[in-house]
Amino acid sequence: MTIFIPTPLRAYAAGKDAVEVNAATIAGALDELTLEYPDLRKHLFTNEGKVRAFVNIYLNDEDVRYMPAKEATEVSPTDTLSIIPSIAGGCQPRQWTQSRRRIAVAE
Amino acid sequence: MSELRLSRAVYDAMRAHGEETYPYECCGALLGRSTPDGWWIEASIRAGNTRTDSAHNRYEISPGELVKIERESRCQGLSIAGFYHSHPDHPAQWSQTDLAEAHWLGCSYVITAVANGKAATTNSFRLAGDTEENKRFEAEPIAVQDSASQPGADENCN
Repeated sequence: MTIFIPTPLRAYAAGKDAVEVNAATIAGALDELTLEYPDLRKHLFTNEGKVRAFVNIYLNDEDVRYMPAKEATEVSPTDTLSIIPSIAGGCQPRQWTQSRRRIAVAE
Repeated sequence: MSELRLSRAVYDAMRAHGEETYPYECCGALLGRSTPDGWWIEASIRAGNTRTDSAHNRYEISPGELVKIERESRCQGLSIAGFYHSHPDHPAQWSQTDLAEAHWLGCSYVITAVANGKAATTNSFRLAGDTEENKRFEAEPIAVQDSASQPGADENCN
C-alpha cells in the first residue's frame, strides 16, 4: 500500500512524498514506515505509542479514528494511507475591541 | 531569511476570501514548490471553516477536506506549502491559538487582517523548529509577482 507523507514530515522520510509498504493492517503499515524511517516516530506517536492527537490518519477517504477496528483495520495493496496534521487557529477574542482600534491606526 | 513568493492572483484571492467571509474567519491552503529561498506558491484552494460555533475568531479545516486538498496538490505536481486565514477586526499577527494549533513545520501561515469588511495588512509567518516543543513562528516577507499567473488544475486530477 502507499502511505502519503505530508510536507512537514518529508524531511524525516528521505524527502519522499509517498512510501510503499507491505502490511496487513494500518498499525502494521505505520510500524513498517517508522522502521524504515525511525525519525518519523516521534512526530507521529506519543511516548506511550499512541498516534498524536493532532495527527489524522486516513485510510483512503475514511478517518481511521472512526473506523470500528481503528488501527487494527485490515488493508489491501491498493489502499492508500494519508497522514494529515490538523490545521486550525484564530485570533484571540479578548483583544477584539482593542485590535479594531489598532488596525484603524495602522491603516 | 525565507521569503514567500506568490502571484498577484493568489494574493488577491486570499484577501478577497477574507472579505467575503467577514465578519467570520476564512481559511484555505497554499500549494507550491520549495525553493532554496522559500516557498513559491502557485495556487490557493479555499476551504470551509468548520468552527461554526466561533467562526469570528476561530478557524479549522476538516481533515477530510485536507486529504482532498493534499490529493489535488499531488495531481498538480505541487505540495501543500502553507495555509491562510483571516483575522476579522484583528491585526495580521499570529496569536497563541495560531501557534498552539500549528503543526505543519516548515510551512507558511498567511494571515490577513480584515478591518470593517475590507482586507488590510497581509503577513506571512513560517512555522520554524523541528519539534512540537521548539516550534515558533518567524515572520517572512511576502513577494507578490505581478507577472505570474495562477495555473489551473490538471484536468486529469480526480
